[in-house]
Amino acid sequence: MTFPRLQRRILLCMAAVVIALWVLMPLILIALAAFTPRLELYRWPKPIIPSTFSTGTMSFFLHSHGVLPSLRNSVVVALLTLGMTLVVGAPAGYAVVRYRFRGREAFRLGILMTRMFPTSLLAIPLIVKFIHWGLYDTLIGVALMHTAIALPFAVIITSGVFSGVPKELEEAAMTLGCSRLGAFVRVALPLALPGLAAAAMFTFVISWNEVFAAAILTVRNRTLPAHVLVSLEGAPLDFRFAGAFFMIIPAVIFMALARRYLFQMWGGAIAER
Amino acid sequence: MAEIRLERVRKTFGRVVAVRDVDLTVADGEFLVLLGPSGCGKTTTLRCIAGLERVDTGRIFIGGRDVTELPPARRDIAMVFQSYAVFPHMTVAQNIGFGLRMRRIPKHEIQAAVQEAAKLLQIDNLLDRYPAHLSGGQRQRVAVARAIVMKPEVLLMDEPLSNLDALLRLQMRAELKRLHREIGATTVYVTHDQVEALSLGDRIAVMREGAIVQLDHPNTVYDWPATTFVASFIGTPPMNLLRATVNTSGDDLALAIGDFTMPVSPAWKPSLRAMVGKRVVVGIRAENISVHADATPGSLPATVLVSEPLGAQQLLTVQVGEDMLKVVTAPEPPFQAGQTVGLTLATEKLRLFDEESGKALSIGANLSTQGGEHR
Repeated sequence: MTFPRLQRRILLCMAAVVIALWVLMPLILIALAAFTPRLELYRWPKPIIPSTFSTGTMSFFLHSHGVLPSLRNSVVVALLTLGMTLVVGAPAGYAVVRYRFRGREAFRLGILMTRMFPTSLLAIPLIVKFIHWGLYDTLIGVALMHTAIALPFAVIITSGVFSGVPKELEEAAMTLGCSRLGAFVRVALPLALPGLAAAAMFTFVISWNEVFAAAILTVRNRTLPAHVLVSLEGAPLDFRFAGAFFMIIPAVIFMALARRYLFQMWGGAIAER
Repeated sequence: MAEIRLERVRKTFGRVVAVRDVDLTVADGEFLVLLGPSGCGKTTTLRCIAGLERVDTGRIFIGGRDVTELPPARRDIAMVFQSYAVFPHMTVAQNIGFGLRMRRIPKHEIQAAVQEAAKLLQIDNLLDRYPAHLSGGQRQRVAVARAIVMKPEVLLMDEPLSNLDALLRLQMRAELKRLHREIGATTVYVTHDQVEALSLGDRIAVMREGAIVQLDHPNTVYDWPATTFVASFIGTPPMNLLRATVNTSGDDLALAIGDFTMPVSPAWKPSLRAMVGKRVVVGIRAENISVHADATPGSLPATVLVSEPLGAQQLLTVQVGEDMLKVVTAPEPPFQAGQTVGLTLATEKLRLFDEESGKALSIGANLSTQGGEHR
């Protein structure tokens, strides 16, 4: 079935609008509700656009019991995850691109395969092991789990980043007096930095948003999503909206900043194959 | 003093043998061109010299020093890459000075050296620019300046001109030749362009399937190709190759091309005597054939297929039996397609090859340096 050009364009635009609304509507509604005065939230019919802009709901949320400590936990866990993921993931991504080694393709596939393994299946053995190792209910324990989750993404993204840095540049640096490592530090790394920053933000967001592992691996030291999840049941409406909005912010900021790089490297990675 | 010596260097990638036990000596200050079609191992050979590839077996010496196990940084080489490999996050000046900075040379000395190199390549007005704002030709010059500022004993170039447009290539070619004369570094230059090879090289090493087929001065390679492969690779147009049979006419030897029989010059006789009745390949360059409008007696009859006027000359494609020949002749008189002509081959310019092996037959007198072997 063929459509004339114009018709195809119109259909495409409509599809784009539908998808955009599908994604944006909840975000917008949550954002609006988060800044609606508390009382107005309970009124019926509830106005979509708040009559006054209020930070009351947000401050109520932030001052609720346990929110600030869990926020601190979230930041600590995300930073730990970020550090560990990049330290392991970036060299792995580099190796996948630069070195020919036995089983390279299998390794690449293996990275993706880890994503197919359901985390929930791991839950019980993981808790047992973590208790055994003394990692249960610790931030480093959650960070380790988050690193395991984020690592495949980090390897794939960083390999995309490094494949965008021509090998000849490093070779040129080596013929000009650099060691292998020196060439990496002076040439590949500076050129990959923007992409690596995007990978770092992505990792941060993964950890920030992760709820399942964080909820099962902690009791008192909950991260924010875990805390919100647990307290959601008995929480008032405004708490839910404010919590949801708070969780969304980092992801939105990340997307705004990293959009260009993500397109670039994923486009590049596809073209490479 | 930096002579480069390769001893039985072999490099394989998986099951592919990229460099096949190559022996090669490049004299100090020499400009050697590695020439061959893509995939012949010329770039890999160069990268082995640079230290960017580890050799499987064999040794590499630079200036008498065994560098086989040394990293590129410690070989006292500089390299110009096909893609130029100019660092995009550094200005032109920083690019050129990069190697000197790695050597921890004082700043003011670096500045002076960068200036000098930039001037030599006429890019001293671009020093503050970033590569993104340079044309291909300018980037090329930055890459060359970055290499020569190191005052290396050995300069390696990997198809440095192949990404330039035709006019620029011509200009840079002459400039590289001048540069080599001025800096005098031992140079190994990789190209698949035989014109570049002929014009630049003190000697040319023609490679095929990882081995050097012929290593000689450009004129010798052009005039006395060691194999039919070299003959058909070098020259514009490449050497014509005709199938012929060795005959006896009376007491004398002769070559039969179809029904046409031509005498053999005395120099060939010793090597042809044993080949009576066998088939050989006759090679002759387009400029060594003269064309007559009428098939005069004693000339090889042929039919013009295509006539291409090229200004100073005309290039004819003619058919002789089953073989196609290229002939270069004066622009006047113009020949027409379909016309029957007579060809006279300059006997002293005939080259003979064994049909089976493709190797050049040796000539009796010591006129030629023997092809097929390399030092």
